[in-house]
Amino acid sequence: MAADPIHQFQITKLFTIGHIGGQEIAFTNSSTYMFGTVALIGILMLLPGRQLVPSRFQSIAELSYEFVANMIRSTAGKEGLKFFPLVFSLFMFIAVSNLIGIIPYTFTVSSHLIVTVALALLVFFTVLIYGLAKNGLKFFKLFVPSGVPIYILPLVVFIEVISFFLKPVSHSVRLFANMLAGHIALKVFASFVAMLGAVGVVGWFGAVLPLGLTIALTALELLVAFLQAYVFAILTCIYLNDAIHPGH
Amino acid sequence: MAQGHGDAKGSTAHTEADGGHKAPFPPFQQETFASQLVSLAIAFVALYLIVSKIALPRVGGVIEERQKTVDGDLAAAQKLKGEADDALKAYEAELADARARAQAIGAETREKLNAQAEAERKTLEERLAAKLADAEKTIASTRTAAMGNVRNIASDAASAIVQQLAGVTPDSKAVDSAVDASLKG
Repeated sequence: MAADPIHQFQITKLFTIGHIGGQEIAFTNSSTYMFGTVALIGILMLLPGRQLVPSRFQSIAELSYEFVANMIRSTAGKEGLKFFPLVFSLFMFIAVSNLIGIIPYTFTVSSHLIVTVALALLVFFTVLIYGLAKNGLKFFKLFVPSGVPIYILPLVVFIEVISFFLKPVSHSVRLFANMLAGHIALKVFASFVAMLGAVGVVGWFGAVLPLGLTIALTALELLVAFLQAYVFAILTCIYLNDAIHPGH
Repeated sequence: MAQGHGDAKGSTAHTEADGGHKAPFPPFQQETFASQLVSLAIAFVALYLIVSKIALPRVGGVIEERQKTVDGDLAAAQKLKGEADDALKAYEAELADARARAQAIGAETREKLNAQAEAERKTLEERLAAKLADAEKTIASTRTAAMGNVRNIASDAASAIVQQLAGVTPDSKAVDSAVDASLKG
């Protein structure tokens, strides 16, 4: 069981909440980590003081605020700031849950496709509904780049439409696949250490290499955890920019 | 129970035990989707409400307040610097003024003292000239008196000489005129 690299993604039921149309709704280990992530973000953002010269703890809250605010301003402009809470929630939720997931024996919320798909679809429908509500039919200019010769325009529009509907797919699969692959690789190398260590003294020396690799991979995963949250958030900003300013 | 979680867990344990059909890959176990979606929806809505209603206004307010304080302090510092510059300018002007006044006072005093010394010198010279004139007058009168005495002595001496030589007492008038004549000559 320890050597099974897939086991860490197992959803286990803690207790049943209820049933919706014959489907059991359970409070699972994943739910625990989701609410834990929300609680941790709440502590991070609400507990620090409001000093003029910030403490380190307060600096974390202010740095994340400025980081996301600058990300939105640089990609979607000042008008994008009305989506600040959404982008901030997405970024912090993914970043914090990913970072929690690096701790051994924990569960990574975004290693499940359904979670990343739900978040990506949330962004997709926000873009679609806000874009249509704000720009009306002008929103469809998004699919008609200006300055394209008329004889290849149908092809370009076709490609643009397809790319628009593929955005949530790439948006969600990128995060899911990164977290899944990273955690499997970590688990595989870590189980090599355990297997070689069980062989004997020779194995102990042999275990040094996978141990080093596990440490290096952990560092890399730390980067990936943050980077994927950043990528998810910045893509959200870019898609929102499409909704705010359609027409390239 | 086909749709339940306990079933999925049980089948995993079972397949590991007897190596039978492969356990489904957890991220694609559809029976867990609904639970995850419900949890995610509740958690994310809660997070969104916390973030949008409390956290962001709070942190944003702190940052804005700090920016305001920094700007205010900078403006105050700029104002104080301007005041200090003004004070320095006023001080320099005052200093130049005082220096000019000191020079004026010096020049005036020097002139006054010069004039006073000149006046004192003049009165002294006048006094000395007067004393000189007095002395000269005294000398002249003394000389005249002395000269008168000389005539008497000379006529007495001449009378005595004549008496001794000729044995006659000369006429005093003749003697006087003779003395006068010789004194004049």
